[in-house]
Amino acid sequence: MKLETHAVTKRFGAHAALDGASFTTGEEAHVVALLGPSGGGKSTLLRVLGSLLVPDDGHVSIDARTLPHEEDGALKERRGNGFVFQGYNLFPHLTALQNITLPLREVHGMAETQATQRALELLHRLGLAGHEHKKSGQLSGGQQQRAAIARALAPKPRLLLLDEPTSALDPVMTGEVLDVIRELAEAGQNIILATHEISFARKVADWVVFLAAGKVQESSPAVDFFTRPQTELAQRYLEGLSKYR
Amino acid sequence: MRRTLYVLGLFALATAAFYAVFSAVAYPWNWSGVWKYRQQFGYGWLMTMGLSLVAMVVSITFGFLLMLGRRAPWLPVQMGCGSVVELVRGSPLLVQLLIGHYIIAQALNIDQPLFTGVILLGCFEGAYLAEIFRGAVESISASQLEAARAVGFGKVQTYRFVIIPQALRRALPGTTGQLVSLIKDSSLLSVIGIEELVQKVKIMNAASFAPLEGYLPLVVAYLVVTLPLSYLARRLEGRFAYET
Repeated sequence: MKLETHAVTKRFGAHAALDGASFTTGEEAHVVALLGPSGGGKSTLLRVLGSLLVPDDGHVSIDARTLPHEEDGALKERRGNGFVFQGYNLFPHLTALQNITLPLREVHGMAETQATQRALELLHRLGLAGHEHKKSGQLSGGQQQRAAIARALAPKPRLLLLDEPTSALDPVMTGEVLDVIRELAEAGQNIILATHEISFARKVADWVVFLAAGKVQESSPAVDFFTRPQTELAQRYLEGLSKYR
Repeated sequence: MRRTLYVLGLFALATAAFYAVFSAVAYPWNWSGVWKYRQQFGYGWLMTMGLSLVAMVVSITFGFLLMLGRRAPWLPVQMGCGSVVELVRGSPLLVQLLIGHYIIAQALNIDQPLFTGVILLGCFEGAYLAEIFRGAVESISASQLEAARAVGFGKVQTYRFVIIPQALRRALPGTTGQLVSLIKDSSLLSVIGIEELVQKVKIMNAASFAPLEGYLPLVVAYLVVTLPLSYLARRLEGRFAYET
């Protein structure tokens, strides 16, 4: 897929989380990593790319299709995407299974039996067999995040968007979740991933968008970004992150 | 075991205190009147419970609508519903009943005190419920709302599948308290001529020249309903419980 944004601005009150962010990826970017310091606009850009937020100014296109700005169009667009958040955000009053089947039935019009079948298939694939009927409070962080990934994948999204999916997890659970994401990437799923796990990004991403202060500082193939970062900001960021690992 | 012991101990203590207080006052108890008018008492009890039940339905509906109104994106609706809540909560039910029955209902040519009373009682308690509901709905975190948007729910679906199921549990303790209040507040409906339990007891006491006797069974008659209601609510809370 090819992502393109032009002068995208998104404000929250007086603060501009995105301040004229523009970039273009190559034609065949499958796994795009959004990197950069915290508060730089990664999460906001991810939400704008997934139509979870609509920009105040500028436009976004995916494979030359411009994303709609009005709420109905954005909702339709959003329904074709899957989201995974840092804090898992499962619905706590539902079981892992229900978290997946409810949107399948109510949003995507799937019949109960089919939805259950699809949900079980995903839960088993992501190593959650035996945990189907637990509520999120009874699952570990890594299990919750895998259930959240299963929920995002269930309707077969065109695009899977992950916002720092491992930031709240310990190293073991981080490993579990990254394994899952890597398998998905290898299976050809289109992914946009905001992360601080640069060694992981180096392994799976084929395109990197580097953001700071609400602007895109660099947008380049992953190999180029990690071997020859163009801006000083990116160089320092990479050095800082690789210092202790 | 220990719990049962505490219950019995507390019960014995309360009974002793109760007995001491009552025996300190030289009052010639006369229970024959209460027994004689037991049918009237039963009628009053049924009336209280029946009208309370209907008023509960009214209050929950009205409270829910007011809560939605206060959260509406349209400012005049927000302000209107906010004003209704504040006015109704800020003035005595007694005055609302008198004005509602003798002025508003008359103006509208409604000559059904029972109907007017139930609606007014429902609206009064509904204004309190609106705020209990609003508190519960607004306590649902932004990340849950975002998750609802992310899975593709529209506004109505977000309320139905995400907000209401979670808000319900948080609203339950406050709502139960309000419904218990509603049952007790229903006694004020006697001022517009409805012969509910308290009014029946007053009549009974007057007729049997026993000014106080009727009030003791009256307390029991309320507790018989309000205690199970509270118990039921606690059971429900337990059923809805989940870790967050």
